[in-house]
Amino acid sequence: MRFERLPIAVLRTRYVPGGWDLLAFALVFVFFIYCAQAAHGLTGSLARLQATPISLDPTALFGYSARTALRMVLAMLASLLFTFTYATLCAKSHRAEVILVPLLDFLQSVPILGFSFTILFFLQLTPGRVAGAELAAIFLIFTSQAWNMAFSFYHSLRSIPDEMVEAARNFQLSPWMRFWRLEVPFAMPALIWNMMVSMSGGWFFLVFSEAITVGHTTVSLPGVGSYIALAIEQKSLAAIGWAIAAMFVVILAFDQLLFRPLMASADWFRLEQEAGFTPSHSWALTMMRRSSLLRFLSSGFAYLLHAGVKPVAVWGAAGPRPPAVWRSRRLDYAWYTVLILIGIGAVWKIAWFVLSEVQLAEIGRVLLYGLITLVRVSVLIALASLVWVPIGVWVGLRPRVASVVQPIAQFLAAFPANLFFPIVVSAIVILKLTPDIWLSPLMILGTQWYILFNVIVGASAIAPDLRYAGENLGVRGWLWWRRVALPAVFPFYVTGAITASGGSWNASINAEVAAWGTETVRAHGLGAYIADSTAAGDFQRNVLGIMVLSLLVVTLNRLFWRPLYARAERKFRIS
Amino acid sequence: MNAVAPMLNLAPLLDVQDVCKSFRKPDGDELVVLEKVNLKLRPGEIVGLLGRSGSGKSTLLRQIAGLDTPSSGVVNYLGHAVLAPASGIAMVFQSFALFPWLTVLENVQLGLEAQGVAEDEMRKRSLQAIDLIGLDGFESAYPRELSGGMRQRVGFARALVVHPNIILMDEPFSALDVLTAETLRGDFLNLWGEGQLPIKAVLLVTHNIEEAVQMCDRLLIFSSNPGRVISEIGIELPQPRHTQDPRVRALIDRVYVEMTARPRGEVRTGPKERFPGTGIGTVLTHVSSNVLTGLIEAVSAPPYNGKADLPVIAEEQHLEVDELFPAAEALQLLRLAEVEGGDIRLTDAGREFARGETDERKKLFARHLITYVPLAAHIRRVLDERASHSAPKSRFFDELEDYMAEDAAEQTLRTIVSWGRYAEAFAYDDHAQAFSLENPA
Repeated sequence: MRFERLPIAVLRTRYVPGGWDLLAFALVFVFFIYCAQAAHGLTGSLARLQATPISLDPTALFGYSARTALRMVLAMLASLLFTFTYATLCAKSHRAEVILVPLLDFLQSVPILGFSFTILFFLQLTPGRVAGAELAAIFLIFTSQAWNMAFSFYHSLRSIPDEMVEAARNFQLSPWMRFWRLEVPFAMPALIWNMMVSMSGGWFFLVFSEAITVGHTTVSLPGVGSYIALAIEQKSLAAIGWAIAAMFVVILAFDQLLFRPLMASADWFRLEQEAGFTPSHSWALTMMRRSSLLRFLSSGFAYLLHAGVKPVAVWGAAGPRPPAVWRSRRLDYAWYTVLILIGIGAVWKIAWFVLSEVQLAEIGRVLLYGLITLVRVSVLIALASLVWVPIGVWVGLRPRVASVVQPIAQFLAAFPANLFFPIVVSAIVILKLTPDIWLSPLMILGTQWYILFNVIVGASAIAPDLRYAGENLGVRGWLWWRRVALPAVFPFYVTGAITASGGSWNASINAEVAAWGTETVRAHGLGAYIADSTAAGDFQRNVLGIMVLSLLVVTLNRLFWRPLYARAERKFRIS
Repeated sequence: MNAVAPMLNLAPLLDVQDVCKSFRKPDGDELVVLEKVNLKLRPGEIVGLLGRSGSGKSTLLRQIAGLDTPSSGVVNYLGHAVLAPASGIAMVFQSFALFPWLTVLENVQLGLEAQGVAEDEMRKRSLQAIDLIGLDGFESAYPRELSGGMRQRVGFARALVVHPNIILMDEPFSALDVLTAETLRGDFLNLWGEGQLPIKAVLLVTHNIEEAVQMCDRLLIFSSNPGRVISEIGIELPQPRHTQDPRVRALIDRVYVEMTARPRGEVRTGPKERFPGTGIGTVLTHVSSNVLTGLIEAVSAPPYNGKADLPVIAEEQHLEVDELFPAAEALQLLRLAEVEGGDIRLTDAGREFARGETDERKKLFARHLITYVPLAAHIRRVLDERASHSAPKSRFFDELEDYMAEDAAEQTLRTIVSWGRYAEAFAYDDHAQAFSLENPA
């Protein structure tokens, strides 16, 4: 058996290029060329970037799309790296967990604009180079992607079945091997779903991450986001149309080439087939599996990774336990004391910083703004639920329709609110509408789809027996909704509503101030306050606004959504 | 005690000395799960740990595997204390614990990979193990494609391939159907008897008495709350042991007798006190009222007419030990039956129950529940005394936690809720988490 060491791909199939190979070949190399072109722009100087303004020429969109896509991918890789380290630390060390998990909770509620001040830091990192601005943009996209991925991974790590963990320990897998062989595969399905949600989040805030304005510093990186920003500034409807088309193509490419294959392969990672679960299909995955070329490349890669695991596996083998001192209670208390002291120090510093500029009365006003936005979010979530729950149930019960609707909803979730500015702003100006009411729908634009997604999933998971029993007993009409459909989708609905509510808070910044050319429409609310303070470069007010927003979101989660979720779980679980 | 000693001249592979395990409860008291367990495992032996759930036998197995550490006492493997998973001890799990994203071959290779065995060697040994355990041809299958029996074969191959001295089995056949379990057990015993397995000894945790008698050279019987070894039975019958063989039957009977014997040294508080610890702190194992009525009906019907041999009734009713013993004990607690010497005998009340219609049965059950189960009496008293006739679950939960661990308290309350509902003695609203006297009309 001389061939044992060769990758399986070489052993099992004859290397005869087929149709799948040609397609794979073309795609692989087009990808490389785009990457090379897009990366080329990274090293240029900032002055030259500012000398070549963004062009509204549709052909420029090819290059812009590539650069935007590359940023997205890099941010996604950074998010994965963050997820693998941060969440693992949370799950493995109780001492880290007590502080890192709440921290993540807050980070998740901080809107992307809260991080836009970091651009100054990144620009100083590489003076006069584009790389700094690129890093800033990637970082901003990262902040709209990373947190929920980390949460999902942390949650998965904590829910690995005991016996599997014990098996890994019994067979003395090193931590490194355990991570790649047990923990990552186990977390994969949930992580992939969250990556998709994150990607949509990244698109939604694309304009903010590419056309960055902080006080007097303005950078417009070539990309679809900057293109949209310019199109809005110049009131070019045609350009908006082209931008939508470009986004559609890129999102479709991501979906077909990245997420579909990932979803389809994630089915392998599921422990058992769940009820109502239909395996995903992906032509791209089929291509990867059928094409000998791609399989050769990927198995070669797997082989390298595999080989790389080994040395670590040996030295990392189950070492001795840490000394008792390290595990002692006293050290715990010492650690908590340190954390509390740091906390007090931080609160002191923030208070001192904010109050140096802001009057107490203004804090009261910001809280009031928060309440206004709260009312807006609540009303919108309620309205969206009234619309999407019945539709979601209807769709979910029809698998064919669901397979069409789901990708569409996914695309719509990624749609930046800015693209609707022309319609909404024009309508408000022409019809003399109240911005406080009519700007609000923009908030829920991207997030309502999470309600729809989840309700569809919930409805398709209703056991056929339950449906038949309902029909058999003649349960119809409102009674059917009350006794069968709504209870069955409730836990799923709550999951969707939590995502939608959190997203809407963040989107308020994108929605409470809308501009179309020189026309700017403004609603009262916390989002507008934060957007304005960022544009003015007013750091103190920005911090204040974001703090209030985070506090509101986290409080709402703790006091309303989490208990509701726990109740839904308890009440509607069968076993 | 009747320990067989086929290999007494050999040094033990494993020496468990005075192992205890206890947890500290929130109020500072100790909760003892394992009490002074001693055990020696010698080469060539299959030793069974037999007991009900809650007897700490799985905890002991995990301590031996180095997955858990004793509160006191020591587990010695080849003369060294086990503090972390040791190389020569491999485990087979109840739920198989295969990695669904790895093929059969990759699953089997896992332990060797962790040891850094060279690729050629690894492949050779894995294929050997797969061959030996009857998985030939399934190397590239994923666990999801296999039946339960085949999955557990992968579990065995994965443990065997590392050539351990000891294999620990945690109820390895209990997730399989009867026929599959029988086949797998038979195959394993054949390989073991022919000396084809690269292992020296086996430690088996089970609650299936027949399985224990068929497989083991020595049995340790555990009591529950706290778990300790109450007796040891040596088995010298040759393999294969058929359950119809009278000598095997006699042994099974004997194990039942040992398992229903009252723990030694227990204080009897009255002539009718046959149940340990009858305060409200008694842990109640959940048994559905369906099983209780079913058991009473079976025992009262001919040919038993009110008195039955436990193994016989277990087989007839298809009850596992894990269900039979709690059910028998519940009937004993309710004074509907008495259990001793491997027999179950209905009391007069039990016979009356068997004769009654649904309503009479419920009334009788309610009377006995309130009279003989202190926790039920306590709940009823509290509800009667309160003007609102309702009380939150947490009130009783906190009280129970003074006596038992959190999950035991949870289980006890679940049991009392289910019995109380059947007896219509009180109602419970899970939504409001509260007991009340009102029954929905």
